[in-house]
Amino acid sequence: MDKVLEAKGINKHFLKPKDFHVLKDITFAIKRGEFASIMGKSGSGKSTLLYILSTMDTEYTGELYLNDTLVSGRLASELSRIRNEHIGFVFQFHYLLSEFSVLENVMLPAKKLARKSHQEIEHDAMQKLKMLGIGSLALQKASRISGGEKQRVAIARALINNPIILMGDEPTGNLDSYNSDNVFNIFKQLKEEEGLSLLVVTHDEDFAKRTDYIIEMEDGRIIDKSVLSI
Amino acid sequence: MTNWKVILNIAKTHLLTKMKSTATASLGVTFGIGAYITMVSFMTGLNTMLDSLILNQTPHIHLYNEIEPTANQPISLYEEFENSVHMISSIKPKQGQKKIHNALPILDYLKKKDKVKGATPQVRAQIFYLSGALDLGGTLVGVDIMEETRLSNMRDYIVEGSPEALKNTDNGILLGSGLASKLSLSVGDRVQISTVRGAIFPLKIVGIYQSGIADIDNSQSFCNLKTVQQILGEAQNYITDINVKLNVIEDSPALAQLLEKQYNVTATDINEANAQFETGSNIRNLITYAVSITLLIVAGFGIYNILNMLIYEKMKDIAILKATGFSGYDVQLIFMSQAMIIGIVGGILGLLLGFVLSVIIDGVPFETEALPTITTYPVDFSVGYYIIGIVFALISTFVAGWLPSLKARHIDPVKIIRGT
Repeated sequence: MDKVLEAKGINKHFLKPKDFHVLKDITFAIKRGEFASIMGKSGSGKSTLLYILSTMDTEYTGELYLNDTLVSGRLASELSRIRNEHIGFVFQFHYLLSEFSVLENVMLPAKKLARKSHQEIEHDAMQKLKMLGIGSLALQKASRISGGEKQRVAIARALINNPIILMGDEPTGNLDSYNSDNVFNIFKQLKEEEGLSLLVVTHDEDFAKRTDYIIEMEDGRIIDKSVLSI
Repeated sequence: MTNWKVILNIAKTHLLTKMKSTATASLGVTFGIGAYITMVSFMTGLNTMLDSLILNQTPHIHLYNEIEPTANQPISLYEEFENSVHMISSIKPKQGQKKIHNALPILDYLKKKDKVKGATPQVRAQIFYLSGALDLGGTLVGVDIMEETRLSNMRDYIVEGSPEALKNTDNGILLGSGLASKLSLSVGDRVQISTVRGAIFPLKIVGIYQSGIADIDNSQSFCNLKTVQQILGEAQNYITDINVKLNVIEDSPALAQLLEKQYNVTATDINEANAQFETGSNIRNLITYAVSITLLIVAGFGIYNILNMLIYEKMKDIAILKATGFSGYDVQLIFMSQAMIIGIVGGILGLLLGFVLSVIIDGVPFETEALPTITTYPVDFSVGYYIIGIVFALISTFVAGWLPSLKARHIDPVKIIRGT
């Protein structure tokens, strides 16, 4: 299987308040259709790693490949374009634009990409929302729906440009067990039905155990990569 | 590659959801621009009126023969006294005439010149207006009345009668309004004048002239050129003054110098004669612009504040936009377009406000003895000021929006999302 995301020897220092070597020589890869989770204690560097992998953080050394192309050292505007086109992102706190409707929130990244007409984008967005079971909320204001619904809207938004990888920073961290389950099932379904690669940082052991494998981190190193189930 | 539709849509949504702040910021610009337009229109209107009050009655170049003592007194011809100090008491002006030598050829020459709009001959004579036992000293100016009305707005100052009436009446006179009231005379009456040499002539009043300047109205009257020449008993080439109007006022100093050299006459140009006037106009303009710019700077700070607040409120939105693939430049454009929308809307409303206020001022009655043609406050409605106004608005909002939007551009989404 081809590698969707590959990190080679990634090192990162926090310089403030004093020099701190937060990521030490991280090397790993995620293949197409894999569902991986990153676990570790607070301060182990897992979120920092995720933001580097998402191309938002560019202050590191080492090489990062997306679809076998080097993305390290590219211009900020090119990275924006890559994020827009190839990476879907789901956060712990849903982070929707509260003044826009659910549908507009989902459509926004596709409008930015501007590869399809407005009608096509709207159709795609509706489809994603329906797939996630929240088609009826499309015209609601994003600030007026529940937390679990917001997270599903965020997933729909992450999927709108058909990315090659979906990243999540504790996407279930703020949800109750019912909604957590729901989000996990959606991820699982995306992996199985659409062959999407997923990389999720989580504290939730139950959640992590059900993924393909867990990347366990401690003190800025990957200490264990255990394949749980295939 | 910029997707304007998306960016403007986001900017619009931000502005509409923060209607109060948007309105406040726009109103700042509106008042700034409105005040600028009103002030500049009113000030320029007044300036133009005051300028024309003096300048239209002043020729661009005035040619005359100065009465002065000869620079070379006979003593300087004596070789014996060459190295001595000459002391002569009781010097008299050179014996000569007040008329300009070669006046008619000069006129011909001037009329043929491209730069010259027109040149009019005048004969000035010191006379007395006779009224019973009383005689009032004054000046009688012989003019080519039709040329005068073409070249200056003299017609505006003839408050009764018309220039045509003077042209058609050989012994007609346009009497100064101050004189008319002193002598209790009106159009159709006759007035007796006497020359310095004692000859008495009756003239028929065909009009009343009111320049707005009391000294002139109390002493000066106009007649036809020929009439004054006859009164003085002089020939047709007797011309004491030539007034020249140019197409471009800036040419006057150069041409005045040229004429002085070429024809041996005294030539004063308008800048020399009215230097202090120019200064007054400039200072009034300076005040107008200083006040307007101050207003716009205040409005600019309003926009700066509001955008800054908006950006703090929208930190999370900015982070999410960047995370989903909007570049820093896109984010900057979003906030810049908000500033520019505020600038355009506020600016256009400001132009309207300024226009309405100008129209109101234009309608306010303003009647004064000095200005017979003015009935309301003068307002200058030049399109130029409206263009400057909107450009001002756009520049100030652009500058005010630049710093906050630059900050938004450089916000690090990772920091916001991680909450550090």
